[in-house]
Amino acid sequence: MSIILDNVSYVYSENTAYQIQALKNINLKIEDGQFIGIIGHTGSGKSTLIQHLNGLMKATSGSIYFHGKDIYEEDFDLRELRNRVGLVFQYPEHQLFEATIFDDVSFGPKNQGLTKEEAGLRTFEALKKVGMPEELYDQSPFGLSGGQKRRVAIAGVLAMKPEVLILDEPTAGLDPAGRDEILDLVARMHREQGITVILVSHSMEDVAKYVQRMIVMNQGSVMYDGLPKEVFRHYKELEAVGLAAPQVTYLMNELKACGLNVDTDATTIAEARASLLEALMGMDAKKADFGGTPC
Amino acid sequence: MLRDITLGQYYPADSVIHKLDPRVKLFSTMVYIISLFCFRGIAALVVATIFLVIVIRSSKVPFKFMVKGLKAIVILMLITALFNLFLTPGKTVVSFWVFKITEEGAKNAALMAVRLTYLILGASIMTLTTTPNQLTDGLEKSLMPLSKIGVPVHAIAMMMSIALRFIPILIEETDKIMKAQMARGADFESGNLFQRVKNMIPLLVPLFISAFRRADDLAMAMEARCYNGGVGRTKMKPLHYEGRDKRAYLIVLGYFALVMVCRIYFPFPM
Amino acid sequence: MGIIRAKQLVHEYIRRDEEGNVESIETALDHVDLDVEQGQFIAILGHNGSGKSTLAKHINALLTPTEGSLWVGDMDVSKEENILPVRRTAGMVFQNPDNQIVASVVEEDVGFGPENIGVPTEEIWRRVEKSLKDVGMLAYRHHSPNKLSGGQKQRVAIAGVVAMEPKCIVFDEPTAMLDPNGRKEVIRTAHALNKEKGVTVILITHYMEEVVDADRIIVMDQGKIVMQGTPREIFSAVGKLKEYRLDVPQITVLADLLRQAGLDIPVGVLKREELLQHILRIAQVEKSGEVS
Repeated sequence: MSIILDNVSYVYSENTAYQIQALKNINLKIEDGQFIGIIGHTGSGKSTLIQHLNGLMKATSGSIYFHGKDIYEEDFDLRELRNRVGLVFQYPEHQLFEATIFDDVSFGPKNQGLTKEEAGLRTFEALKKVGMPEELYDQSPFGLSGGQKRRVAIAGVLAMKPEVLILDEPTAGLDPAGRDEILDLVARMHREQGITVILVSHSMEDVAKYVQRMIVMNQGSVMYDGLPKEVFRHYKELEAVGLAAPQVTYLMNELKACGLNVDTDATTIAEARASLLEALMGMDAKKADFGGTPC
Repeated sequence: MLRDITLGQYYPADSVIHKLDPRVKLFSTMVYIISLFCFRGIAALVVATIFLVIVIRSSKVPFKFMVKGLKAIVILMLITALFNLFLTPGKTVVSFWVFKITEEGAKNAALMAVRLTYLILGASIMTLTTTPNQLTDGLEKSLMPLSKIGVPVHAIAMMMSIALRFIPILIEETDKIMKAQMARGADFESGNLFQRVKNMIPLLVPLFISAFRRADDLAMAMEARCYNGGVGRTKMKPLHYEGRDKRAYLIVLGYFALVMVCRIYFPFPM
Repeated sequence: MGIIRAKQLVHEYIRRDEEGNVESIETALDHVDLDVEQGQFIAILGHNGSGKSTLAKHINALLTPTEGSLWVGDMDVSKEENILPVRRTAGMVFQNPDNQIVASVVEEDVGFGPENIGVPTEEIWRRVEKSLKDVGMLAYRHHSPNKLSGGQKQRVAIAGVVAMEPKCIVFDEPTAMLDPNGRKEVIRTAHALNKEKGVTVILITHYMEEVVDADRIIVMDQGKIVMQGTPREIFSAVGKLKEYRLDVPQITVLADLLRQAGLDIPVGVLKREELLQHILRIAQVEKSGEVS
């Protein structure tokens, strides 16, 4: 099943001088088991969009269907929706509040009305998944490093066993190693548990490496929606709205423009390497004819 | 909700009132409030109304914008008016069950409602036309004599201006943490009072931690910029009176005198 | 003589329990030597906890050395009476743009530093205007900082430091909380201050792409300086950088992989244009090789 957004719009402070249209007629279908990246610069509406997916924000117009049910119906259980669509906010470590790591992570499962044992089991599993060493479970979350805190906070959402996991810039403020840890964790969750993952980011490089589908937001609308390589074909348009495609995309396109037969759809280093080696090593005189090119 | 309170929000415009020295505005607001509580009679009311209208007009703040600030305080006004309406002894006009409405009660209620409305409008004029920083500057300078008797006037003023800067940030942060905890199934709306208070912990603990972290960061940033208390500090925008400020003082004092004259000679009909 | 010199600088964070007994000692800086010339653009790289921010805070006299010494100009930072003059010489921009802006109006915030050091009113106005212009934020002088983007806020914070006319500015991870556009704005501003105003810049970051134009890069790990050199020298050691948990720009990694695959590409390729030229050169050679 899936989440469907039908013509969703959202306006902040409607009918006042400060009125801002944050979302404009969004139509999306999020299939089960996908790994989706949402890209857009600050203010593009991406954070507003994801808060609609678990009912934290209510669209000013349009409808959202979760497993075929309209979430704005009177009898729809929004809390149940939030249990099934987990949302990890930006800087999630800022929401930690319990005295121990274990208690903090079990906050979600406890709110779901699980028994103490069940909640404990889920907490245990979630902390295992994010790679927290067991001896830390009884310690205060506030003594951890930034990256560790964030993993605990993510575990807090994972412990609720959501079908859909949404992460709003989960790597903001982390160093490269911390960033890779979190992204690898998310990719593993997707691979092993088969849950739907929606990753909000402004790093094209991160997204290109992991996701299957990319949604580009600009000024409250969906600008592009497709495979990363399809989206990156529009690298010039992306740049015009303040987003940059991965560096290799530029390189490959420039090489192509100079007449070299390379794959311009390459978005990751591995793809670019393969394509470049093929073009350069197995050089075919017929294909690469750049006698008079101005490069 | 919290955003709707206009009281305390600066409305940028280019008007005489905006240009006045904050000390003049602080003083005038005080005088105006005092005048509201000692006027008597319809004549004084008319004077107070005309004065308010003129000030609002010359401040160039749209009246609509000001009224929005009143909305949040309507409940307070209703309660005060109701108390006055029912609890003032005097000549009974209407009565039902245990409630009695007296002539004096009705009069008091009406008067109280008017006073409160004017008071809030008057105070809003000050906050709408004065940036929080000007306001604290004004307070600092007006209260400076107190520092001679050991009151840390500069520190208090600095604290106020920092508080004003961080209130919007903390409001936003509250909203964010609340949503994040709701995403984890937190419930801030149901349960009895005790439960509700308990449910606030997941909101309050992170909020306090964040406030402390910000305070820590800010203290360091201020130190890095050579902040060293009020000693040896100069001012980018020092306060000094202009001709218009002196005229404003005279006008306000004139207004007050007029209200007092009305009170003494035309206390009719109240 | 350099503007900033550290000699065997050590800093230990000592955690004590309630009775005041030492619980743990964490060595954040471990015998660091540093010499920064006036007018240089220095980048300090390192993962979180490598000691780079601790070093930065010493330059601004926010921390004092446990051992060793640090001079800013000819002032020893551990001397109490030097604290204010040191802070006037070396300004600092912090990570979180919100938590370093004091005033509710942009221009008043920029004036905060000059007010603190007793600059006369007229001079404050001149400096505020000039520094807002330097960072390209003059148009926002009457705005509230709350309505600005992260990059803009950070530029206001920079203007606040510039208005104190320091010889050196330390940027402590100024871009960590910004989006790509904001990051570019800030780095561009730092370079402009360095080139046009001759301000010595010390940029602390973990984004490698921000340091390719630095004069010198210092890599820190576990409180020690582990690598030092020009960007090209540093970026030549892709493997070593990864060991220090640092990111290497895509282009540099790709160039390195191609070199390892046997292509004639030198080590330490920094920019896209460079790699482009190398690949085109190789393609030409290959082609002519086949023809002959």
